[in-house]
Amino acid sequence: MIIAIAAVLCLLSLVGAIMTIHSKKLSIGIIASGLVSLTASILFLLLAAPDVALTEASIGSGLTTIIFFYALNKIRQNHD
Amino acid sequence: MIKKIIIIGLLAGVGVIFFQLFQAYQVPTILSNKLAVYYAQNAAREVGAANLVSAIVVTYRGFDTLGEVTILFLTAAIISFVLKLKKEDRVPDRPIRETSELLTSSSQVIVPVIFLVGIYIFINGHLTPGGGFQGGAVIASGVLLMLLANPHMEVSHKLVAFIESLSGIGFVVVGVLGLILAGGFLDNRFLPLGTFGTLISAGALPLIYIFIGLKVGAELSNILGTISTHQNEKNS
Amino acid sequence: MAYIIIITGFLLVLIGLWGILSQKNLFKIILGFTIFDTGINVVMVSVGYVQGKTAPILDVISQKDALKSIVDPIPQALVLTSIVIGLGVSALMLVYAIKLFQDKKSLDVNNFKDLKW
Repeated sequence: MIIAIAAVLCLLSLVGAIMTIHSKKLSIGIIASGLVSLTASILFLLLAAPDVALTEASIGSGLTTIIFFYALNKIRQNHD
Repeated sequence: MIKKIIIIGLLAGVGVIFFQLFQAYQVPTILSNKLAVYYAQNAAREVGAANLVSAIVVTYRGFDTLGEVTILFLTAAIISFVLKLKKEDRVPDRPIRETSELLTSSSQVIVPVIFLVGIYIFINGHLTPGGGFQGGAVIASGVLLMLLANPHMEVSHKLVAFIESLSGIGFVVVGVLGLILAGGFLDNRFLPLGTFGTLISAGALPLIYIFIGLKVGAELSNILGTISTHQNEKNS
Repeated sequence: MAYIIIITGFLLVLIGLWGILSQKNLFKIILGFTIFDTGINVVMVSVGYVQGKTAPILDVISQKDALKSIVDPIPQALVLTSIVIGLGVSALMLVYAIKLFQDKKSLDVNNFKDLKW
């Protein structure tokens, strides 16, 4: 049962990683990298590491995605 | 075309190295690493904290934590140096669409709760999973919600600099006090160890985590405030 | 289960490396660095897993049989530091990308020829 959950999450993270590299729009790529961080956080919980799961969920999936979007906004503003 | 073949060849080489590493890996059934056995048997008695990962990060490996806090400080300083706007470069604001009323009125209710959860996480760092870095990141996301609900707000530079330098000095002073009064740098035994499992226990460990949590929260809020300024610069 | 997770970590490292080497947009290269970082952290935490044991927090487990029921706590302490430093490096790379765009007005890596000789 837990092996099935782990297998589904690993498949989701690999699909998210390929979507990050191959997407045509940059916004979809940034959201897919947030998805990879989120599934990595649940995998840390399955590996009996709750401290690391908290850190990865708040820093990797929250703050990194927001900083990417702010930088993209700065570039789009100066473009037009 | 040549470039793609070289890239695929390189990745295949790295893949072969990873495959050989994977074949030498076996999940153990008992804990057999000597250092981990020492930590499992003696850390709870020597440090007095219930969370073993916190005890390792702050006391046994406290010097690495000092290096990490220094790297975060350097990052925040370099970002606000590179993205500096001089006063004569600011052009007047382009008109910004108003945020919806749902966001502004609900953020006034939720932001104090987020700050409370962040402070709870780093005060109880020695009893439950959590600690200074997680609590600091939650506080920075509370500041982010305030920035999103009110785009004209600027993160006040003086307040953030004051909190950050005070926490940094506090962290180093507690470390040096451990050097003078107890076993070594960042040793937490110069305050009494207390009863195992209560809030005021484990010596100076909650004090160190309070300083780290405030410092990391202030630095991440500074980074967010610098990147999110919406004024145009003069295209030079 | 730990075997599946360590293979996923290695595959994430390979996908991140491929993204760094083959993309032309500067933002996609920085996204490749982020995925590479996440993959390495997954591999490091799954090396410390012991079959059937639980998290290293002593609230239900008593102090006396801590040795028989926890996983290895050392890789978790190292990965905690590594995640925070990964955020710092990503933020610095993005700020340099913003400054490069303001200077050269383009995000394509082939246009930055200043250091070629």
